[in-house]
Amino acid sequence: MSEPKLRIAALDKWFPSKTGLLQVLSDISFDLADNEFVSLVGTSGCGKSTLLSIVAGLEDFDGGVLMSDGRPITGPGLDRGVVFQSYTLLPWLTALQNVEFALRAAGLPKSEIRAVARRHIELVKLERFADAYPSQLSGGMKQRVAIARALSYRPTMLLMDEPFGALDALTRHQMQELLTRIWEEHRLTVLFVTHDVEEAVYLSDRILVMSIGPGRIRETFHVGLARPRRQDMIASSDFIDLQRQVITSIREGSLLADAEI
Amino acid sequence: MSTLTDPAGAASPDRSVTPLPQPKIGGGRRGAFRIGAGLSRPAYLGIAVAVFAGLGALWWAATASGLVKPIFLPAPQAVWSRMVELAMDGTLWADAAISVYRMLAGFAIASAMAIPIGVLIGCFRPWEAAVEPLVDFVRYMPVVAFVPLTILWAGTSDGQKFLIIWIGTFFQQVLMVMDNVKRVSPDFVGLGRTLGLSESRIVTRIVIPSSLPGIWDTLRISIGWAWTWLVLAELVAATSGLGYRITVSQRYFQTQTIIGYILFLGILGLVTDQGMKALERVLFRYASRR
Repeated sequence: MSEPKLRIAALDKWFPSKTGLLQVLSDISFDLADNEFVSLVGTSGCGKSTLLSIVAGLEDFDGGVLMSDGRPITGPGLDRGVVFQSYTLLPWLTALQNVEFALRAAGLPKSEIRAVARRHIELVKLERFADAYPSQLSGGMKQRVAIARALSYRPTMLLMDEPFGALDALTRHQMQELLTRIWEEHRLTVLFVTHDVEEAVYLSDRILVMSIGPGRIRETFHVGLARPRRQDMIASSDFIDLQRQVITSIREGSLLADAEI
Repeated sequence: MSTLTDPAGAASPDRSVTPLPQPKIGGGRRGAFRIGAGLSRPAYLGIAVAVFAGLGALWWAATASGLVKPIFLPAPQAVWSRMVELAMDGTLWADAAISVYRMLAGFAIASAMAIPIGVLIGCFRPWEAAVEPLVDFVRYMPVVAFVPLTILWAGTSDGQKFLIIWIGTFFQQVLMVMDNVKRVSPDFVGLGRTLGLSESRIVTRIVIPSSLPGIWDTLRISIGWAWTWLVLAELVAATSGLGYRITVSQRYFQTQTIIGYILFLGILGLVTDQGMKALERVLFRYASRR
C-alpha cells in the first residue's frame, strides 16, 4: 500500500477568543486516496472551511500530522490548487489573462502560457468569453474561470471551499455537471467543502460529516453511485436514501452540540 | 445588468402588447423622489444649471437694487469685466500658472511619499504600529499653525508652499491609502500564496493593482485640499500667485478681483475634479459593466 495522497492525523486547531482559547478542530483524522473525490459537510461554524484552509497551507494548526504524498505540509504550494467561494478573479485581467497570471506565477515557459491558458478556458467552455473582464461575467462564469485557473498549473490536489455556494440553483447544477465531467476525464484528488448535501452526494466518492463545538469528523459515508454520474440519479432511491442519512447525521451532530451548551 | 449571459434576453419586446398600468410604488410619491430613484442626464444637468443661474440672479438682484454696496459685493457684470481685463493683460494667466505649478508640485511630492508608505502600513502591521499613531497625531495639528514655522524655515519661497501643501495633504493621504489597501480581499492574498508568490510579489502584483481604483479616488479627493492649502500659503506670504493677488486686492478695496479670483479657483477645482474622474473612467475601464 503506497502513501495516501493526503494524510491528516489527530489534527487540532485553536483560535484565540475573548475568553481565552477556543478549540475549533479536534482530533481530525482521515486520509485521501489518490484521485479520490471527498466532501466535507456540516453546519456552519463546524470548522470545515478552516480545515480546508489548513490543508491549503493558508492557516496554521496546533497539533497533529498533515502530510501530502508523505511530506509534511508547511505552507501553500502549487501542488494544491484552491478555488475560493468568492471567485477571486483579478478584475483588471480578462478571463484568459487570469489563467495566464497563474501560469506565469507557476513559472511555465513564456511560449507555452498562451496555449495552456486557452486550453483550460476551453475546458470550462468559456472560449467565447476569453477576452471578457470579470465584471462582464456572471457568477457561474467567474467560478468556471477560477476552476480553469486552479487546474491550469496541474496541481495534484484541488481544494474547493463552497465554490458554488453563491450561485443560483440552476447554475449550481450546471457547475456540478461540469465539475464531475472534468473530474471523471482528468482524475485528480479533490477535497470539497459544502453545506449542500445533495451536491456532496452527487459529486463525491466519500462524504465526511463534521459536528460542531469543537469541529470533529462525526461520520463517514461511502457513495456507491455508479460513474459517470448523471443528473437523473438525483431522483433515484439510493441517492435520496444516502442524502437522508447524511442530513440526519448532520442534524444529530448539531443537536448534540446544542445539548452540551 | 448587462452581463454577457443570454442572447435570448436581448430579443426585442413584442410591441403589439399594450403595457399594463404601472402600479404606484413608494406610497404614491412622485417617481424621482423615491429613495435611490434614477434621474435622466438632461434632468440632472437642468437642475444643476438652474441652481447656478438662480444664485447668479439673486446676486444680480441684490446689487442692482442697491441693497448691497458695491464695495462689499460688486455686481456680477463688474466682476466679469474686471476678470476679462485681467485676462487680457495676462495677470490672471500668470497668477494661475504659478499657482497651478506650486499646487501640482506640492501635491506630487505628498502623493509620491504617501502611496508607498500607505501601501506598506496597509500590508504590514509592524510598519502600521510604527507609522499610524504618529501620523494620526500630526494629522490633528492645524495646518494653519504651521504657517509661521514654515516661513521661518523656508521664507516665502516656493519651498514654503510645497511644505504647507505637504503638511496639509500627506498625513491624510497616508491613512486613506492604508484604508484602500486594507480593503483588498484576504482571498486575493490567499490566491497569491497558493500560486507560490512571495509576499513582496503579492504586494506588487495583486495588492497594489487591486487597490489602485481606491488610491486614485484618494488622490482625487486630496488634490482639492492641496488647492486649499496652496491658496492659504499664498494669502499669508507670497509675491505671486492667485492667493497673493487676492491679498493685494484687499489692500486696494478691489472686491471685484477678490470675488472673481475666488470664483476662478472654484472653476479650477471643478475642472481638476472632472479631469480626474474622466481619467478614472479610462484607467479603470475594466471595472465598468458593458
